Amino acid sequence: MTDTNPFANTLHEPGAAKEDPIIIADHVLRRFGGLTAVDVDHFEVQRHAITALIGPNGAGKSTFFNLLTGFDKPQRGEWLFNGTSMKGISPAKVARAGKVRTFQLTKALNRMTVIENMRLGAAGQRGENLFAAFLPSLWRQREAEITEKAHELLHRFTLYEKKDDFAGSLSGGQRKLLEMARALMSEPEMVMLDEPMAGVNPALTESLLDHIVKLKNEGVSVLFVEHDMHMVRRISDWVVVMAEGRIIAEGPPDTVMKNAEVQEAYLGVHHDTDLSEESSS
Amino acid sequence: MGDLFIDVVREAFTPTTAAFALAAVGLNFHFGLTGLLNMGQAGFMLLGMYGFAITIREGGPIWLGVIVALVLAMVFGLLLGWPTLKLRGDYLAIVTIAAAEMVRYLGRSQNFNALTGASTGIRGNEFKEPFEQLSPFPDRMVDVGPFALHGARSTSWWLVVVAWALVAILVVIFWRLSRSPWGRVLKGIREDEDAVRSLGKNVYSYKMQALVIGGAVGALAGVVWSLGASVQPDSMGRPTTFWVWTLLLLGGAATIFGPVLGSIIFWCSLVLVKGLAAMWIPDSVLSQQQLEPFSLVLVGVTLMCLVIFRPQGVLGDKRELAFND
Repeated sequence: MTDTNPFANTLHEPGAAKEDPIIIADHVLRRFGGLTAVDVDHFEVQRHAITALIGPNGAGKSTFFNLLTGFDKPQRGEWLFNGTSMKGISPAKVARAGKVRTFQLTKALNRMTVIENMRLGAAGQRGENLFAAFLPSLWRQREAEITEKAHELLHRFTLYEKKDDFAGSLSGGQRKLLEMARALMSEPEMVMLDEPMAGVNPALTESLLDHIVKLKNEGVSVLFVEHDMHMVRRISDWVVVMAEGRIIAEGPPDTVMKNAEVQEAYLGVHHDTDLSEESSS
Repeated sequence: MGDLFIDVVREAFTPTTAAFALAAVGLNFHFGLTGLLNMGQAGFMLLGMYGFAITIREGGPIWLGVIVALVLAMVFGLLLGWPTLKLRGDYLAIVTIAAAEMVRYLGRSQNFNALTGASTGIRGNEFKEPFEQLSPFPDRMVDVGPFALHGARSTSWWLVVVAWALVAILVVIFWRLSRSPWGRVLKGIREDEDAVRSLGKNVYSYKMQALVIGGAVGALAGVVWSLGASVQPDSMGRPTTFWVWTLLLLGGAATIFGPVLGSIIFWCSLVLVKGLAAMWIPDSVLSQQQLEPFSLVLVGVTLMCLVIFRPQGVLGDKRELAFND
């Protein structure tokens, strides 16, 4: 936690205004046929903080995530990233604007080596242009810089020993690490993690959590979707709860779970159960 | 037996083998690097043939013929890619196989008789002359070791040299591009498009580039083929596309020399099987006309075994098989 809590003056209510928002979304509506998957009136994400987006299955978290990153298009709505409208912007351009995402089902590029996965994440490589590709003198130096940065990140994510292995030969948890490290190659302002803990064994969970906290300390804003309440409580500064496509509550991790509406939405029939028991198991 | 051996070795360097190697290099840009399922490589080849042969028949110079061939294939690629590359991979497969057949049917239609020669096609002596006149070799049969080919005409030493020089140039180009950051983006797309999108690359544009380049290489293959034979629309039907696929997978997709090696193995083993069958199987069991289909069947079975027991191809990397999902 930083000295001054950026959430000190933030109201504990859905759609609360933030002190210094990096994302502002308004009236975002996404329907699949007759089903309304996302219907968010107002949503803000605080800069330089870790925000968790939680909610029961089918709450529309992942759809909302896809909308914010350009992977899906809403029926209506408007959203800004750093004050720039991102409506109708392609996923590639969203990434180039500094907002990079990972996926719930890890997308490691299996038949490429770990180091090639990393290099692909970098921005500003002229050799990715067809004509420049013929002339290595145009891109060799940038390639060396990229490789150095990749080595640094691989060391940090304890994947350096694996750098020449195919990404497909890594374990599930290592692939998650690789995906996160790869997302950092372009030095994004914001990372969006879709269930970073899904399928990761407990031994790796701790190191993944540390990495996310470290990101924040380096000034990266983080928004993540997660089911694991233990993790949400451990690292997030702010929690946004979705249910049935809407944001139903917001607040710091400790208080938001005490909200009656959240308990009802999240725990359904078991809302009598003691929450602390639920999460400490 | 010795004659058969010479026939097999001769097959290794014929212009047809080179043409198939070229077509497979093109397909390697599509499938090997990018994962695009182009099931219409024969269509690109046929367009290349028509572009080249018609330009020269109408009095154009050779360089113009080659350019027309390349441009036709590139425009064809753009047209096919524009609606399909935003969709899932299977759609490209369906559209390319249909489009290639459309090119063939339009080419052999009587309505275009004046342009394409309909189903008869364009005979060699209508367009080969300018190329053959460029031959530095004597205008007669020339023996090199046990191999006798004409110096200039049709399947000539001159065409052999030009065809394999083209193969060499395109293998070098493929090598350069596949080991560049550009090639890395294509390989990323082959593995997972969405991941590459999330890293800020314009996937559609890269897929289009791969489709157009591979198609242009296919057109060159068509030009080489037509110089060794003639322009005949029905020789560029679906089987041709499938052979190109077969020999690419045989050699090893995404490898540098896979297409070349695959083409040589494929055509040589066909000649070998045919020769052995002619030698060992009596006429009463299999007649002369039945030998050709029989050897194709046998080669097909051999290839199936190869793909089952060595799916990465002759030159592929064994490690890739560990995590096929």
